[in-house]
Amino acid sequence: MKRGLSLFVLICMILGFIFLYAPIIVLIIFSFNKSKLVTVWQEFSFDAYVNLVNNKQILDAVWVSLKVASLSATLAAILGTICGYVLTRFTKFRGRFLFLGLVSAPLVMPEVITGLAMLLMFIQLDGLLQNIFGIEPVGRGLVTLIIAHTTFATAYVAVVVQSRLAGFDRSLEEAAADLGARPFKVFFLITLPIIAPGIIAGWLLAFTLSLDDVVISDFTSGPGASTLPLVIFSKVRLGISPEINALATILILIVSVGIISANIIGRQREKKN
Amino acid sequence: MSEKGKPGSPEPWRDKSSKPYIRIEHLVKKFGEFTAVNDVSLSIYKGELFSLLGGSGCGKTTLLRMLAGLEIPTSGKIFIDDVDMATVPPYERPTNMMFQSYALFPHMTVEKNIAFGLKQDGIARSLIAERVSDILDLVQMKPYAKRKPHQLSGGQRQRVALARALVKRPKLLLLDEPLGALDKRLREQTQFELMNIQEKLGITFVVVTHDQEEAMTLSTRIGVMNAGQIVQIGTPQEIYEFPGTRMVANFIGSVNIFAGRVIEDEPDYVLLHSDEANADLYISHGIACAPGAEVWVAVRPEKIVASRTAPAETRNQLKGIIKEVAYMGNLSVYLVKLETGKIVKVTMPNQVRSSENRLTWDDHVYLSWLSTSGVVLHS
Repeated sequence: MKRGLSLFVLICMILGFIFLYAPIIVLIIFSFNKSKLVTVWQEFSFDAYVNLVNNKQILDAVWVSLKVASLSATLAAILGTICGYVLTRFTKFRGRFLFLGLVSAPLVMPEVITGLAMLLMFIQLDGLLQNIFGIEPVGRGLVTLIIAHTTFATAYVAVVVQSRLAGFDRSLEEAAADLGARPFKVFFLITLPIIAPGIIAGWLLAFTLSLDDVVISDFTSGPGASTLPLVIFSKVRLGISPEINALATILILIVSVGIISANIIGRQREKKN
Repeated sequence: MSEKGKPGSPEPWRDKSSKPYIRIEHLVKKFGEFTAVNDVSLSIYKGELFSLLGGSGCGKTTLLRMLAGLEIPTSGKIFIDDVDMATVPPYERPTNMMFQSYALFPHMTVEKNIAFGLKQDGIARSLIAERVSDILDLVQMKPYAKRKPHQLSGGQRQRVALARALVKRPKLLLLDEPLGALDKRLREQTQFELMNIQEKLGITFVVVTHDQEEAMTLSTRIGVMNAGQIVQIGTPQEIYEFPGTRMVANFIGSVNIFAGRVIEDEPDYVLLHSDEANADLYISHGIACAPGAEVWVAVRPEKIVASRTAPAETRNQLKGIIKEVAYMGNLSVYLVKLETGKIVKVTMPNQVRSSENRLTWDDHVYLSWLSTSGVVLHS
């Protein structure tokens, strides 16, 4: 960059950052507000945080969200990797194009439709289970949430893994086979470690998408299995409470620490190399 | 171990009694409509360094990949040490390959890359360490054992790839353009290292290359490939001095080719007339073909002598004007234009240092060569 920033660029930058971060900063500031009314500043206090720790509903929701997100992200990572692998490696099977479309459709499908479809399917499944196997209806809950989240997250993982595999040098696998590794070992010793960053990226994407999701969760969750966004949403309808602000602040803190440490580790690795 | 296949003479292919180590019989590989390898039959003997030489797309790499088991032949057979390879998957073949891209595993250190093949065989850990260490010494990469491939230079990667392929002591080592990615200096150095290693370990090598110089230096024999077929097999000297076709002559080194018509063909000489050169050409061996037949005569540039005065021998003599001179240090290259307009390339060693009296632009010169220097080509 040429010496320093011009005034114009500097102003643009400041305005941009204000635009991006002002709401979050306001939110953080008000998490330390003593007043029960979110919009009126009274005085500095940690009341909201104390209340948060004692709010079982929110803590339960956090726990549900984390469970759903990590399980569905893991399932999606496995399924998505298989999809991505098949799509890049088996380029000549019948119906590949259809399969390709079907895998990526959830990316563009309106969430309301996916959610509704899921709901209808779960109701039908419940009916089937009851009529054929005589199993008591399970209803909506943790399991249906995980299935629904896995479904849409798989598409994202598949796309990420596919792009990682597209740049993969096939001669590495051939070399491994040539050196005596059976196909199974080639996959686990060579292919998997090399595409691992893609799978991890896909997992993280699936994890955040799941944590974040409201619409599909709303359709597929049931009593006792409310995710955090659902609880926040329902609480906001009754008026915003400072506890939500406190919770949001903690989440932001965790995310920032995560990103910053990931960056530091990445940079140190780069230096070492 | 039996003695079979062991090189009894330095040139086992001349000995009718010696048994080939690798036998390729009527091998064909088609990719859809395209025939990459077309009916190739080939015998390679133990301890040979056999080069497959040809331009890109001539099928040489496909042939190599079929030996490694990475491509399945459309038809034909491959035998290695008398075992039919048809149903043997790559991971069970007694071959190892050095890939053109080196294909080093990016997530493993040099050491682990080399140990990979041994681990697949379930060899004891202490023995693996020992063999890895030995091979690292051989390729002089000991100090880099703990590095990852991306921390190495091109030449170092090439050594690691070679070590990884060698460490399993395969019956047959396959090398795909082994020196392709190296600069000229490193290339020459590694060529000799490769030859040393080959001699030391006695492994049979098959090398694919498009570089005729590389093939000439390295090989015991060369198979020149074109359009999926082997057009000529021979020692580097045979291929260079007695090319079978114009394609081979052109591909290996540079050559002057004169189209001609046979005037006299006797058992001990041929006389032809070339309209292109407007001269009679005389070659001191018979070719057994009818007078009037169309043939070509190939003469290497270094076999031709250019002089200002007419040589005593009047056969194989052309006249022309020097149009281009390139001073290469050890030799000079002259492009001489004949009266017919044909350009003839001549190279002459620079025996004396002084530049006086040296042939130069627009000199009128006589070109001549010995009657043993020309080669008659039929196609």
